[in-house]
Amino acid sequence: MAFTPKKQAFNAKINAVTLGTGDKSIVIGGENVLPFYTFDAPMANAPKIAVEISDKGLAGIVSPGILDFYAGCETVVDMAKKAETMEGVSAICLHFESADPNAENTSVEDCVALAKAVADAVEMPILVMGCKNIEKDAELFNAISDALQGKNILVLSAREENYKNVGASAGLAYNQKVGAESAVDINLAKQLNVLLSQLGVPAQSICMNVGSSAAGYGFEYLSSTLDRVKAAALAQNDAQLQMPIVTPISSETWGVKESMSPEEESPEWGPLDERGIEMEVCTASACLVGGSDMVIMKHPAAVATIAKFIDSLM
Amino acid sequence: MALKGLDIFKLTPKKNCKECGSPTCMAFSMKVASGAVSIDKCPHMSAEALATLSESTAPLMKTITVGAGSNEHKLGGETVLFRHEKTLVNRNLYAVTLCSCMDDAEIDAKIEQIKKVDYERIGEREYVEFLFLNYAGNGAEKYVALVNKAMAADRALVLNCSDADVAKAALDVCKAAKPILNGANAENLDAMNAVATAAGVTLGVTGEGISGIYDNIKALEAKGNKNLIIDCTGKTAKETFANAVQVRRSNLKDQERTLGYPSIVNLAAIAEGDLHMQTALASAFTLRYGSIIVMENMTYAEALALYGLRQNIFTDPQKPMKVEPGIYALNGADENSVCSLTVDFALTYFLVSGEYERSKCPVNLLITDASGMSVLTAWAAGKFSAGTIKKFFDEADIENKIKSRTLIIPGKVAVMKGEIEAKLPGWNVVVGPMEAVQLVKFIKDFNA
Repeated sequence: MAFTPKKQAFNAKINAVTLGTGDKSIVIGGENVLPFYTFDAPMANAPKIAVEISDKGLAGIVSPGILDFYAGCETVVDMAKKAETMEGVSAICLHFESADPNAENTSVEDCVALAKAVADAVEMPILVMGCKNIEKDAELFNAISDALQGKNILVLSAREENYKNVGASAGLAYNQKVGAESAVDINLAKQLNVLLSQLGVPAQSICMNVGSSAAGYGFEYLSSTLDRVKAAALAQNDAQLQMPIVTPISSETWGVKESMSPEEESPEWGPLDERGIEMEVCTASACLVGGSDMVIMKHPAAVATIAKFIDSLM
Repeated sequence: MALKGLDIFKLTPKKNCKECGSPTCMAFSMKVASGAVSIDKCPHMSAEALATLSESTAPLMKTITVGAGSNEHKLGGETVLFRHEKTLVNRNLYAVTLCSCMDDAEIDAKIEQIKKVDYERIGEREYVEFLFLNYAGNGAEKYVALVNKAMAADRALVLNCSDADVAKAALDVCKAAKPILNGANAENLDAMNAVATAAGVTLGVTGEGISGIYDNIKALEAKGNKNLIIDCTGKTAKETFANAVQVRRSNLKDQERTLGYPSIVNLAAIAEGDLHMQTALASAFTLRYGSIIVMENMTYAEALALYGLRQNIFTDPQKPMKVEPGIYALNGADENSVCSLTVDFALTYFLVSGEYERSKCPVNLLITDASGMSVLTAWAAGKFSAGTIKKFFDEADIENKIKSRTLIIPGKVAVMKGEIEAKLPGWNVVVGPMEAVQLVKFIKDFNA
């Protein structure tokens, strides 16, 4: 008799969360199987890719491939429009790096103006990434969520220290989606979801960022956190861990020396762009297989590869 | 079926003679059930009981050893599907393809290129472990010539050849190197099995989908061959992923022993010509059950990412990764450059050294032995204290090797400043930032 492997589809499923509005809106999550285990049951929605754009434009970008792609763009709005044409992309992630009080300290008003301009120019869903400063991010998310009401954006992220502000403004008052960020620990991830739920933010409005790291840089913690979160959500039907996972890739991978070290310094390593692409591809793929429902990336070649990778496994 | 400790206990003599090394028969039984010791450690088991038990207490997945000498590698032997459940045992290995269709110059050039990627990362050698030799159907002579060239490259070999006669000719010249012969399928099963067993090498077997693979392994095991590896490569990436996951899951979770062998996934076949796609797939198969991952190429760019990932995934969660304590001169630092102290936890080292390298400022990074713990953990456990730092300074002879007397300590252990100053007279102890990410700004401001 022919051997038939046992199937492992679960009764529980990941929440399906909608981002954006209109024709270009997307749904992430919804699956009741482990990532790409389509032989158990079809995955409800393919994982998605968002492309990251800094509010500083191309300043600080070392990759020739990224610079080439945006050649001719004069403003961040131009870049956002161009990013929409990138093969495999379904959302735009606006990263307000310069809002950091320890850096350029761009004012909340200026950030809001930029967010509005970008939102008016593009049709794809918008993700807003803060500057990692707790107070400034809370203020920023509040103002941008207000200004972009009705756009159904995702703010990244609410953390343990500012979840009340961010949850109350973005999640409750302005009806946007809230990213809950914790540092590679399943218990912290769950706790933050519980806190946001107690605040009244509906489960369908929460996504998780359970941490991020580049391949080779403590990635085992992230990988095991992803594995454990998916196992708890699906096998144990833990409703407080069934939020889809959004993982920033490029903000980590383009900061490590493999991606940044100029070719003159280590000639045997070969061209910088190639190293950066491979780091981004390798890290994104490992996150998707672990359970990320959306990854945030930068390089057009890496995005195209990961889009093809997702397609080929769906 | 796996036996419970109590079932095993019933078969023991229950004499508590301690000859097995355990205090009681019950304790011994529990250890056997968990796979920690082998049943034959008990000298008093009846032959009959031993036979029943060794079958059902043997590991679900076999460990297969291939290659010879310094190119010997262990594959398989996993006990869990996810690293957090216990630990993963044998890291996946990489192979790069060569073909009998290539001319001599091409072969030489590619071997040269493969040899270039060979470096160390936190105590581990990172290189392409296998050459994967494709047979293009152009005669045994060409193939044997390729095998001979590959033999000289000092790597383990996989012969990818489903023609049993050609495989035999190739094995005649290389069987001492214990290559893997890959290419058994439903059509050539008997002939390939005969060639592989005669040469004493591991046989790679494939099949139409998971049920085809299963049938072919059953047939080989019936002939007494249990020295196998499963070629999970299907027609597409999707099929290959499905094979690799279902083989491993059926084996470890559903206890299907027939599928208890390591795997080969040939990405050069399913993503030919697309190197970025091969990286994406290699990364996926590192996490999901590829034992030998076959690539068309291994550039430095691919290696830096993939080997880093592999090293992370295959660390034992119970044992942290450590770097060697000592002085690491960064950005051309000399004896007059400022010193910065931290612990030997590999992640800490990578983050701190990475940030300093970004700053381009010369720094002597001093790594002290803290049993591989992070700064605060080590401090709390007493492994990172003024005392251990003083001991490290003496053992590494820092005072004579370095003239600078400025020492930056992690901001998280600012509280140790006074104690360190007391133990290291003459040193100016400076409290650094709380997080590695703030180091670039800190060191630039400090030097300004």
